[in-house]
Amino acid sequence: MSAASKAVAPRGGELAETLFGLARRNSWNLGLVGMLIAFLAITKLIQPNYGAPAIQGLAISILPIAFAAVAQGIVVISGGIDLSVGSMMALASVTSAVLMKGQGDAFGVVVVVGVLLLGLAVGAINGGLIVVTRVPDIVVTLAMSFVWAGVALLILNTPGGGAAPWLMAIISGPLGSEWLPKALIVLAVIVTVVWLPLRRSTLGLSLYAVGSSRLAAFRSGVAVGRTKIIAYALTGFFSALGGLALTASGGVGAPVPGSYTLQSVAAIVLGGVSLAGGRGGVLGPIIAVVVLALVRTDLTFIGVDPNWGTAIQGAILIGVVMLGSIVAMRKVRA
Amino acid sequence: MTGTGAAQPAAPSTPSRVDAGWRRTIRDRPLIPLGVLLVLLVVALEVVKPGTVNANWLATTLRAAVPLAILAACQTLAMLTGGIDLSVGAVASMAAFLMVTQATAQGAGVAIVIAFVAATIAGIVNGIGIGVFKVHPLIMTLGMSLVVLGLMSVYQLLMVQSGVLIPDAIKWLGSEISFGFLPNNLVVFVPLAIVIVIGLRRSGYGRLLFAVGDNPIAARLAGTRVWQVLLVLYIMSAVLAAIAGILMAGLLNNATVSLAEQSVLPSVAAAVIGGTSIMGGRGGYSGTIVGALILTILTTLLTVLEMPEAVRQVLFGAIIVAVAAAYTRVTGES
Repeated sequence: MSAASKAVAPRGGELAETLFGLARRNSWNLGLVGMLIAFLAITKLIQPNYGAPAIQGLAISILPIAFAAVAQGIVVISGGIDLSVGSMMALASVTSAVLMKGQGDAFGVVVVVGVLLLGLAVGAINGGLIVVTRVPDIVVTLAMSFVWAGVALLILNTPGGGAAPWLMAIISGPLGSEWLPKALIVLAVIVTVVWLPLRRSTLGLSLYAVGSSRLAAFRSGVAVGRTKIIAYALTGFFSALGGLALTASGGVGAPVPGSYTLQSVAAIVLGGVSLAGGRGGVLGPIIAVVVLALVRTDLTFIGVDPNWGTAIQGAILIGVVMLGSIVAMRKVRA
Repeated sequence: MTGTGAAQPAAPSTPSRVDAGWRRTIRDRPLIPLGVLLVLLVVALEVVKPGTVNANWLATTLRAAVPLAILAACQTLAMLTGGIDLSVGAVASMAAFLMVTQATAQGAGVAIVIAFVAATIAGIVNGIGIGVFKVHPLIMTLGMSLVVLGLMSVYQLLMVQSGVLIPDAIKWLGSEISFGFLPNNLVVFVPLAIVIVIGLRRSGYGRLLFAVGDNPIAARLAGTRVWQVLLVLYIMSAVLAAIAGILMAGLLNNATVSLAEQSVLPSVAAAVIGGTSIMGGRGGYSGTIVGALILTILTTLLTVLEMPEAVRQVLFGAIIVAVAAAYTRVTGES
C-alpha cells in the first residue's frame, strides 16, 4: 500500500507540502532516527570517552543482526514470516568457515559467492515448500529451522573452521574517517545495491502487493506463488550474508543458531514493518538494530546486570507493538 | 503459470465417493492415521533393536512424553484461537526454577504456590497484550519469553548462595514409576487430559475457543467477549506450562533458567502433528497427545539407531512439514 502511494507523484508541487508528505510517510523512520540520536547522546553522556573505536566495535557487532533484520523484513513485507533465519545464518557460517579454512584469498571469493547462492537456494526451498504444500509460513519455517540447524551441525559439530583474511579485513577498522566503520559501509553498499533497485522494480511492487492482499495481487495478475518463493530466496540470501558476517567477525563458524531469529523479528517490528505484510522497508529495521544494540551498551555502562538487557529488550518489543496497536485502534475509531 | 497461492479456490475436481470418505475420516478422526503411525514407529523400534519394547520402556516413554504433552496442550489451546504461545518454555523454566530455589527457605508448599502465582502473572500479561491491545500472539509471547528469561537470569544471580531443593513429592511425581509400567506423572496428566479433551468438546468455553479461531469477527458479532476468552486462554496456558516445568524439574532432579527452552518447538510440532491447525478453528487435544508420543518414540528410535542429534533435528523438521502438508491436502484448507 505504501509502495503504491509512493508511486503517485505529490500534487501541487509545493516544496513544503512535498517535504511534509515525505516526513509523514516516513514518520516511523524519522522517529527511529530521533531515538538513535537520543541514545547516542545518552551513551556519550554516560560514557564521555565513547568514541570512534567504540562505534567501530558496535558496527561489527551489529552487522550479522542487521542482515538478519533485512532478511526478515523482506519476507514479512511480502506477507510471510521466516523463523529459520537464525538456522540459515548458522548454515552459511559453518559452510563458509569449513571451506575457507587454510585456503587462499581467491578461493575465499569463490566460497563467498557459493555460500550466497546456497542461501538463495535454501530460502527458495523454504518458499517452495510453503507455496507447494500450502502449509502456513510459520509452521514450515519453524520446521525448516530444525532442518537447517541440523544440517549446520552435520557440517560442523563444534565452532571451528576459519575465515579468509580479506573477509575479516573487509569489515574491521575504519575507512577514511575514523568515524566511518567499514562494517557500516559494507552494510550500506550491499543493501543499496541489492534492495533499492529491487524495490523500484516490478518485482518489488509485487512483493508489497502480495503482502498487502494476496487476493488483490492475484487478481491483478501477480504470480503470487513465484513472488513468495523469490521473497523467501531473498531472505535466504540476506541470511547467508548474516552468516558470512558471523564468520568474518568471529573468524570461525558457529553451528548454533543463537537468538538471531528472535532478534530479527524484534528489529522489524521496532523498525515499522507491519506483521500483516505490505508495509515498511528495510531501513527502519536496520536503525532499530542499532538502537537495540545501544540500549544494551548503555545498560552495561550504567552498571546494570547484562541479564536485565534481555528483559528490557523484550519489554521494549512488547511496548512498541502495543503502542502501535493503540495508535491503529484510535485511527479506526476517529 | 499463475500463482498457486491461497487466493485460488480449491481444485474443482470431484473426488470419488470412496476418496471423499477416506478424506473425511482423516479430517474428522485424525487419531486413526496417527495411531497407525504410532504403531508403525513402535514396530520399527522393536525391529531395529529387539527387546526394547517392554514394560520399562513403556514407563520411560510415557514419563518423557507427559511434560511435552502438557506444553503441547498450551499450543493446542492457543492455536485453536489462531494464536501461538512461544513463552511456554520460559514460563515452565521459571516455575521450576522458582520452586527449587524457594523450597529451601519457604518449604515445598509455599514454593509451589509462588511458582504458580508467577506463571499466572506472566499469563495475565500475555492475555492482556493479545486480547486487549491486539498484539500479534507470536510477538507478544516472544517478547514475554525474553522478559521472563531476563528476569530469571537476574534472579538467578541473586539466589546464587541459596541452595536448590527439589521437594520429595515433586520428585515422586516427576520421576518415579509405579507397578513397573506407570509413571507417577500420569496422576497429574490423566485428569488434566480428560478435562481438556472433554472441556474443548463439551463446555461453553471450549466452543468459544473454536469460535474465536474460526472467525473472530463472527464470534464478536455473536456477542463473544473475545478479549476475555483470550485472557483466560493465556492464563491457562501459563499455568499448564508451570505444571509441565515442575514435572520436568522432578524428572531431571534439577532446574535451570533454560530448563524447558528446548521443548518449545517440539510442543508446537506435537500440536501440528496432532491435527490442530495453526490458523485456528480446527483440532483437539487427543491428537496432540498422540503427537507428543510420536515425537518421543521417534527420539528414542533415532537414539537407538545412534543417529547424531543433527540428524534427529533434520528428521523432526521434515516430518512436521510432511504431516502438516498431508493435513492441508486432506482438509483442503490453506
